[in-house]
Amino acid sequence: MSATAQAPGAGDDAYAGVPRIGRGFRLQWEEAQGAWVLLYPEGMVKLNGSAGEILKRCDGVRSGPQIVADLEQAFGVAGLAADVRGFLAIALRNRWIEVQGIPPE
Amino acid sequence: MERMHDIAGPQDAPGGAPAPLPVPGPPLWLLAEVTYRCPLHCAFCYNPVDFARHDRELSTADWLRVLREARALGAVQCGFSGGEPLVRDDLEELVAEAHRLGYYTNLLTSGVGLSAERAARLKAAGLDHVQLSFQDSTREMNDFLSHTKTFDLKQRVARLIKAEGWPMVMNVVLHRLNIDYVDRIIEMGVELGAEYLELANSQYYSWALENRDKLLPSLAQLQRAEQVVADYRARLGDRIKLLFVVPDYYEQRPKKCVNGWGQVLLAVTPDGIALPCHTARMLPGIAFPDVREHSIAHIWRESDAFNRFRGTAWMKEPCRSCPEREQDLGGCRCQAYQLTGDAAAADPVCAKSPDRPIVDAAIDAAQRAAASGAAEQPLLFRDPKNSLARSAGSGVSPPASRGPAPRAARARAP
Repeated sequence: MSATAQAPGAGDDAYAGVPRIGRGFRLQWEEAQGAWVLLYPEGMVKLNGSAGEILKRCDGVRSGPQIVADLEQAFGVAGLAADVRGFLAIALRNRWIEVQGIPPE
Repeated sequence: MERMHDIAGPQDAPGGAPAPLPVPGPPLWLLAEVTYRCPLHCAFCYNPVDFARHDRELSTADWLRVLREARALGAVQCGFSGGEPLVRDDLEELVAEAHRLGYYTNLLTSGVGLSAERAARLKAAGLDHVQLSFQDSTREMNDFLSHTKTFDLKQRVARLIKAEGWPMVMNVVLHRLNIDYVDRIIEMGVELGAEYLELANSQYYSWALENRDKLLPSLAQLQRAEQVVADYRARLGDRIKLLFVVPDYYEQRPKKCVNGWGQVLLAVTPDGIALPCHTARMLPGIAFPDVREHSIAHIWRESDAFNRFRGTAWMKEPCRSCPEREQDLGGCRCQAYQLTGDAAAADPVCAKSPDRPIVDAAIDAAQRAAASGAAEQPLLFRDPKNSLARSAGSGVSPPASRGPAPRAARARAP
């Protein structure tokens, strides 16, 4: 999978809301794979670095802009909003995250 | 139990010249078949036909060690299956340890034996997911079609699953006797609140192979069912995710069975035999290791059994020189063995296999049986009595291939 931005604008709702890991999914670091993975019924998504960093901040507390601010501070970079917005849209579509009041697309 | 979904393997075997043996990644999927005991008697069960001979179950302590060792190798998914795993009263203890170790824990069950108390205990133990299966072939299907007691059971269990906050995943095995009712099966899934409904045609191993003439649907049945599923997908959208699995026999290329031998799946049988695939213990001439005698690390990395069909070096023609060999790794070793008598042959469902006529003949035979009424003979149900009768006096599970399979017959001749 890729965390590159797609379909600009599609993630607006997820971005403005407060995302958390979707019901039935579990995010964890796997030492044997050297990666964050998302586990779900009988399956697994192995995440690349940026996807893992975004998802581990989807804690039901931080909003999209807060996640961006946190990432930009942690990695000393700017201009991540479009990437995060695009990835959250993908994540919502795949039910990896849920956002109160927004059904999956 | 029905087979689990495959998990996507993170590493494919390298292309080019056949390497000696690819270094295996972790056994991502641990399938713990904790018992062969089962209250149901499904005529399509993939458990070995001689299961009743293997009734010495692993102890709780054995299972706890298997869980720990497989997790240390990097296993992330743990499926508790069987038989009916709920018949083991240490299931909660096993689930709790699996959860503590960091597995995503899956219970594959018919729901028989899942009381509200037990569901609450499993939830407290950290169970992540229950896959509720419709089983038992005709009897249960008849119950279902008449909306009687089975439906009541499933409805009760479905409510428990929802109440505990588990994702609602249902599985129905399709075959000739129920595939024409796929619309009603989908309606039932919707009514029970399923989020995922797997409509998996039976594959023809073990008990299903014994009953193949009675269970294999016709091409027309299959096409009708696929159309019905497509129509429901369009109508229901995201409300319910419908998965439809075709019988291998109607494919032109084999599946990449268990995502490659010794690549992703580690199955452990109730009596402690480690297998690279659900049904591999049928294969002759391979000493599948016992988890009471070897560590999981040794079994996964070093054992002859797990290395036997890793990669592509073991292949014969037409697989060896086939440009698609990395895509399907020659298909299923058990299907090759059951139908041709040679576990290293190409999976005969492949149109490139010289043995494809065996599969076509099996399809023809099943249609002739349906037309002649021979299919109305009773099914051979999976129960201990039939199991012992089918395996009496033999040291190994006999290949059950019947019908026109002359090469298999030759290969089995003493």
